[in-house]
Amino acid sequence: MAQANRPLSPHLQVYRWAAPMAVSIIHRATGSALAFGAILLTWWLVALATGHDYFSIVQDYAGSWMGRLVLFGITFSLMQHLASGIRHLFMDMGRLYDLKINALTAKSTFVFSIVATLGIWYAAYKVMGVL
Amino acid sequence: MKDMKTPIAKVRGLGSAKGGTHHWLTHRVTAIANIPLVIFFVVSFVGNAGKGHAEWVAWLKQPIASVLMILFVANMVYHMRLGLQVLIEDYVYDPGTKFASMIALTFSCVLIAALSIFSILRIAFGG
Repeated sequence: MAQANRPLSPHLQVYRWAAPMAVSIIHRATGSALAFGAILLTWWLVALATGHDYFSIVQDYAGSWMGRLVLFGITFSLMQHLASGIRHLFMDMGRLYDLKINALTAKSTFVFSIVATLGIWYAAYKVMGVL
Repeated sequence: MKDMKTPIAKVRGLGSAKGGTHHWLTHRVTAIANIPLVIFFVVSFVGNAGKGHAEWVAWLKQPIASVLMILFVANMVYHMRLGLQVLIEDYVYDPGTKFASMIALTFSCVLIAALSIFSILRIAFGG
């Protein structure tokens, strides 16, 4: 920082919150959360390759109250990152820049991710025979 | 440090690092590849929910499952490496910390991919 007293361009606090802005910020946040998920997946795969006993310990962590909460958060992050990522791919091709369409697709990513997350967990509990 | 040059004067004419387009495109290509791979991953993990060690090993031993899991891990970690690089470039200002963060990121990603892929191969080829 050569000249510290220079005026800065306005940052987050001057803007009114809107769906497209929220989706963009959450895309980064969920991406970072998924990096943590990648570490957990690695731990799980290493446990599976290590053997039955260690795998059971990791499965117990995953199945605990905290574990399920974390996995639920990662499921939501994955679905939200997937939906807004696909939206970004269309924007990279020059589509979806009409303001109304842009806001609508931004909101749709949340609808998709919430429905998909609940659907995935419902299906998983069905498979486990809990529901 | 007495330097009368403005920041813009310092960088003007130096050009870019010439790596931006490749980074951007690779990020998109890995994003597209991630769509079917994530669907495979989610469907597989929901389908095997609640299974024990022997059943998970039997599932992962199948050639399609082993190969798709390896492709998923490799592609996802590559995509993650590119995305987190942008976060470091945007939010880490100090050049030394930035350099250290980049190295740590690259090493971590290679470690994550190597551990995951080795584990999958060990299960796939194991007795």
